[in-house]
Amino acid sequence: MSRIEKRFSTLKDKNQAAFVSFTMAGDPNYDTSLDLMRALPKAGVDIIELGMPFTDPMADGPAIQIAGQRAIKGGQTLKKTLDLVTAFRKADDETPIVLMGYFNPIFIHGTAQFIADAKTAGVDGLIIVDLPPEEDDELCVPAREAGLDFIRLATPTTDEKRLPKVLENTSGFVYYVSITGITGAATPDSNAVGEAVARIKEKTDLPVAVGFGVSTPEQAAEIAKVADGVVVGSAIVRAMADALTVAGPPKKSFQKDVIAQVKKLANAAKRARK
Amino acid sequence: MTAHAPNSFRTGPDEKGRFGTFGGRFVAETLMPLILELEDAYNEARQEKNFKAEMENLWRNYVGRPSPLYFAPRLTEHYGGAKIYLKRDELNHTGAHKINNVLGQILLARRMGKTRIIAETGAGQHGVATATVCAKFGLKCVVYMGATDVERQKPNVFRMKLLGAEVVPVTSGRSTLKDAMNEALRDWVTNVDDTFYCIGTVAGPHPYPAMVRDFQSVIGWEAKGQMKHAENGRLPDVLIACIGGGSNAMGLFHPFLDDKDVRIIGVEAGGKGVDTNEHAASIAGGRPGVLHGNRTYLLQDEDGQIQEAHSISAGLDYPGIGPEHSWLNDMKRVEYVSVTDTEALEAFQLCCEMEGIIPALEPAHALAHVSKIAPEMDKDQILLLNMCGRGDKDIFTVADALGTEI
Repeated sequence: MSRIEKRFSTLKDKNQAAFVSFTMAGDPNYDTSLDLMRALPKAGVDIIELGMPFTDPMADGPAIQIAGQRAIKGGQTLKKTLDLVTAFRKADDETPIVLMGYFNPIFIHGTAQFIADAKTAGVDGLIIVDLPPEEDDELCVPAREAGLDFIRLATPTTDEKRLPKVLENTSGFVYYVSITGITGAATPDSNAVGEAVARIKEKTDLPVAVGFGVSTPEQAAEIAKVADGVVVGSAIVRAMADALTVAGPPKKSFQKDVIAQVKKLANAAKRARK
Repeated sequence: MTAHAPNSFRTGPDEKGRFGTFGGRFVAETLMPLILELEDAYNEARQEKNFKAEMENLWRNYVGRPSPLYFAPRLTEHYGGAKIYLKRDELNHTGAHKINNVLGQILLARRMGKTRIIAETGAGQHGVATATVCAKFGLKCVVYMGATDVERQKPNVFRMKLLGAEVVPVTSGRSTLKDAMNEALRDWVTNVDDTFYCIGTVAGPHPYPAMVRDFQSVIGWEAKGQMKHAENGRLPDVLIACIGGGSNAMGLFHPFLDDKDVRIIGVEAGGKGVDTNEHAASIAGGRPGVLHGNRTYLLQDEDGQIQEAHSISAGLDYPGIGPEHSWLNDMKRVEYVSVTDTEALEAFQLCCEMEGIIPALEPAHALAHVSKIAPEMDKDQILLLNMCGRGDKDIFTVADALGTEI
């Protein structure tokens, strides 16, 4: 059983939704990013989604775009992102790690090499925003053959006709994008999300996590009632930005401030069904 | 790359939107249904006589097509070699070739029932063309433009506003054309129901590269007929056009790709030199990667991060190139070369003085390369250059470069 599968199964037994955090690898620098990552599981994070910085993140809102720019400026590369996972895995062999990003840095690294390196580092799954099912031969198929989960985004524009195509090569979980729009932009309507999740679950046994636009503990709780997982990205990334000094380096309270925010969100999601 | 030349260079893309390994549909899932819908709508429209007739009517009566094919006697004499012809697409309404494509896309948007048009623009020519056609049809128009370009292209910004468009300065990333394109894609992801994204060049996800090429091919088809008429049935020996994303070049080249004896040259912007970090020559100085929905040659670092382009010409200032050009390069059907800012500026001035035509800085790049090859050609050979835009928009940039105050 993969780490992702195991984690969802354990949470299901406890009647809890998975709390999935998104942070940008190397934001604002490698060491701070690693320290924060190591503190996430204790703060209630069930699955770690780690952004791979890219100069041109076309599906992301300002908070995550700027986080990527900070990371690149701080010297983050794809190789260092894999190093981050390797370092994390030394002390934690259970928390699933999903890399999220755009295809070009992977293509330049060499797709086959990337799959091998990610596997060795201890990565569990990939979410590659600009690889729809139409481009499955590029990465999805070889990644799955190597045992990495390929987590696909389903969106409000994914209609009945298209859904089977989206689900066909998806594994690990389905990531339902709760809004039409970029990350962190609008507030999802939890009724509509509930219906969409139910619609997806009719077609697959995979867990369905929901993200893009979930930014408060209240919203996290609403989503946790109707989905198997809640993804929070921009809200955490904004808390990180707030915990930086004007000049750029993190404040002394960086870790404490950010973790406090993560705990609030995670707790809300975990208590939602009680 | 395969060493075998295909039977025809004009049949691409394949059903996956690929030209060889280039092109494709590298977009977020939210956009995928829209792109498929657009592909269907375009395939349907292009078969219909009414669609074609409406477009041709507007090309003739609104844009001013066909654009003339002009023999440039003094430039010919000056270089002392091949006969130089200019395809005068700078005489189009709005001053560039851009409107050929915009008309096609907006007629398509109307057929699809879309009421809001978005576009990205660098120099502002595509933005102006889009704002113009939207005004004509009473459509809402939003143009994304890098904040840096808004600052250096003020006349075009004002033109767009006069035409009723909303110009949104983009401050994300590095505030230039590629960031404007990112922002337009973000808008499209957000406003999927009523919005049509009018892309200005032969790039982006399939079907855009093929669709924009088809609309721009009017340039090449006209030129072919006009040249035969002017030169007793002959075709040009050399075609030459400048390349940013490459829409004017693709439009000129495509109808000639299977004419084996026609040598075809695309001129990229070499900025301060392709051996510096400040140029926009994606083929000469880049390598294949994935950006803005397609795989193509891109300026990027060793980690796959996209680099900023540089050119004196804002219209060539893009770190990528249309995927069909990438394929034509690898197939060795088209030669891609580059000229520097300085060379383009010299050609710009020469064209003003010799032919009484103020060219845009973009085709001035193509003309700069003409100066390198025309003198070596025989006097009975024919060279055809696409004069894809006029230089009114560039006079401030040129004055600045020449150290003159206006």
